[in-house]
Amino acid sequence: MNFSDDALHKIAESMEPLSQKGVSRRDFMKFCATMAAILALPASFIPKIAEAISGKKPYLVWLEFQDCAGNTEALLRATKPTAAKIILDILSVDYHETIMAPAGHQAEKSLMDVVKNQKGNYLVVVEGSIPMKDGGVYCCISGKSAVDIAKEVCGNALATIAVGTCAAYGGIPAANPNPTGAVGVKEAVPNATVINLPGCPVNVENITACVVHFLTFGSLPNTDKFGRPYFAYGKRIHDNCERRAHFDAGQFVRQWGDEAHRQGWCLYEMGCKGPETFKNCPTVKYNEGTSWPVQAGHGCIGCAEPNFWDTMTPFYRRLPSVPGVSIETTADKVGAGLVAATAAGILIHGIGRALSPKKEEE
Amino acid sequence: MANERNRVYAWEFPIRFTHWINVICIVALSVTGFYVGNPFMYAVSSKQYIMGWMRLIHFIAAYAFLMSMIIRIYWAFMGNKYACYTVWFPFSGKKLGEFFDALKFYLFLSKKPPYTVGHHALAGFTYLIVYLLFVFEIVSGFALYSVNHKGAIWQALGGWLVGIMALPIIRLYHDLVMYVLIAFTLIHVYFSWYSDSREKNGLMLSIFNGYKFITGKESDI
Repeated sequence: MNFSDDALHKIAESMEPLSQKGVSRRDFMKFCATMAAILALPASFIPKIAEAISGKKPYLVWLEFQDCAGNTEALLRATKPTAAKIILDILSVDYHETIMAPAGHQAEKSLMDVVKNQKGNYLVVVEGSIPMKDGGVYCCISGKSAVDIAKEVCGNALATIAVGTCAAYGGIPAANPNPTGAVGVKEAVPNATVINLPGCPVNVENITACVVHFLTFGSLPNTDKFGRPYFAYGKRIHDNCERRAHFDAGQFVRQWGDEAHRQGWCLYEMGCKGPETFKNCPTVKYNEGTSWPVQAGHGCIGCAEPNFWDTMTPFYRRLPSVPGVSIETTADKVGAGLVAATAAGILIHGIGRALSPKKEEE
Repeated sequence: MANERNRVYAWEFPIRFTHWINVICIVALSVTGFYVGNPFMYAVSSKQYIMGWMRLIHFIAAYAFLMSMIIRIYWAFMGNKYACYTVWFPFSGKKLGEFFDALKFYLFLSKKPPYTVGHHALAGFTYLIVYLLFVFEIVSGFALYSVNHKGAIWQALGGWLVGIMALPIIRLYHDLVMYVLIAFTLIHVYFSWYSDSREKNGLMLSIFNGYKFITGKESDI
């Protein structure tokens, strides 16, 4: 990469606050280049990103509702001083239940301070679904229901990033029969500006890229009809899968641990939901690009799609169960039964014809 | 009676043409579609391209099937009265009577065949259902196609269905309707032959040459 003197000067300037915190120039440039790559921006944007993320320090609060803290875990699992460290340094994270030092009234006060003092200027990350049934009693924090907190905090925010499938669409708590009436943030707070980053858990690089996009361009990235940014959810897993060549060739794993599985062939027949799922897992991967489910030999379960627990199950079969028949019965068994019953009906009709008188009654 | 028979040109060329295109397409789509859902052949070498070819044939047959459907619908407005769209909607009093008469004939409750040159009411209604199933297969098929073929045309042909139905659910019904259409094909061929053998009107031959013999009892000449 060749940058102009001006651009290099800008980078050097923007580095100062971070270098004091132990982030080397090399790490910082790698981070900026990674972000540009994830957002599909040309290299000329790298200095712009570097400038944008080192200038402002936007306020950010992280809310947890009906969740497992898996997205927080994903954020904190960073092994190198890259994404997580930089993002925590460039943001002013004022409230995060799992990692904040204050507790009780003190903690709630810092949340309310941000809502009051930075009204319309702060970012919110929401993790977990919001229960709506029975007045929202199934998830309360400091005496307030999740839906009331979300309305107040997300409703007054500049933008809300719903991380994980629960915050985006209700996720596992919303799975049939959805006892708590769980919904995603956009459904609970329709007037909020929400961007969905579904996944179980979310990919940290995608959160970071969203924030970086916001800081660089002053707006959230473009989204599809499910509110997901195109840069991360615009391509189907199946189309970018490292095992795709085995699919086209006709090489499939038929049983866990068989020779085909050891050879790393396509997991299509084992129920992989890559053909139904849109996310950048094959390229960005997880845990700093270490691996992702298909690379580890397990099919995709479609965790980034709305209602995945209801629509993508059974996870280890190609098609869902046929409604109204036993869960062990596949669509093909039902179809073969239908055809067999029809053939039997025709046979019986033919016998009936042979036995009945030939002449027409006038 | 045989020497008193007259011929009527019932099935015009576009009707016979689309019928046989449909036969070819449905066989090709069912075989390749079944493979896509349940790969029953395994490649020995990575140089093979079995799934690739199956999908290619499936997509080409799908486009041919769509074109056939368009020609047939066009001819429902431009063709003769036996091809007219009105035969799919036999809901008038007289037609409903014919509907039950035909049903009784097929169930051995009556020995009187439903004498018609074109489709009788039961057949017309059955084809309405079959055409709706065809439309579902086309729309759901293009919905699945649209997930990696972004463009307004595929969005219009089926992409709009994604979001209303989840992709695995679209796949499930796309698969199940195939079996319904296979079952229909069995019934269709059997009852065509059965009616032909009872009415002696050249029904089986008519889909090849277009002509049906009339016995003088037909209600729709």
